Amino acid sequence: MNLNEIVKALNLKVLCGAGKLDTEVVGGYVGDLLSDVMAHSKEGDVWITRQIHQNIVAVASLKDHAAIVLVQGNEPTSETLEKAEQENIPILLSNRPSFETIGAIYDLLKTKGGDSGSKC
Amino acid sequence: MNRAVPELKNPRIDEYFTIAGGNFDDAGRVSSRIKSILKEIDFPREAIRRAALVTYEAEINIVSYARTGFIRLRVGEDRVVIDVIDEGDGIPDIELALQEGYSTATPKIREMGFGAGMGLSNIKNFSDVFHISSDINRGTYLQMTIYTDSEVSGGKV
Repeated sequence: MNLNEIVKALNLKVLCGAGKLDTEVVGGYVGDLLSDVMAHSKEGDVWITRQIHQNIVAVASLKDHAAIVLVQGNEPTSETLEKAEQENIPILLSNRPSFETIGAIYDLLKTKGGDSGSKC
Repeated sequence: MNRAVPELKNPRIDEYFTIAGGNFDDAGRVSSRIKSILKEIDFPREAIRRAALVTYEAEINIVSYARTGFIRLRVGEDRVVIDVIDEGDGIPDIELALQEGYSTATPKIREMGFGAGMGLSNIKNFSDVFHISSDINRGTYLQMTIYTDSEVSGGKV
């Protein structure tokens, strides 16, 4: 499935990367510790995080994530958005808490394809 | 994990980068540059992924703990060698610093999601050959070698 299907199903706000919503989503990863995300997330994952500072863009870009999903209506800093524009990394915003956001994306990936999270 | 390594001769790429300590906004610049350099020459994807990861962690360490740092990238036919030298306080107990979960990060650094005590262990785990040495009050030296035919899988930690 692609980003657009997730955006529609969860009613996410597209803060950046509107032109890249056809990106295929392979799985998902959840984490606020950047080293953990660096080590364990995979290419094509949507990364769900509570962090909003600009370093998240570098991580998503280095790991070739499909998108960053921010939760609970936490808007990113303006530097983060600027950097995400430059690097062309989609940033999506959910108004729901992490638990609900993750659960909904997990269900979508499980029923519609993707490998519902990183393989262990 | 360590194997006898013949010296890398006549690297096809040999580049230096400088990083200023304390500047978190800049973290990721060198790793992303290294990623594009390796992509341009069609280096194997898995090796690129690991090279970017270990460089990113090294950058974060420089930004978090050192006054300034230098990164040297050398690329041979069968490997990438990344040297990282910083000017800083150095690491008093390297064994301890390599333990996952050990960190001397300030609350400010931790708040940003760094300082989880995973940086050096990530570097070690994702390199095929890893050297570290440190001089108190002078700085720290790291060398990471990543082979293209490596059996170290990225997911293994």
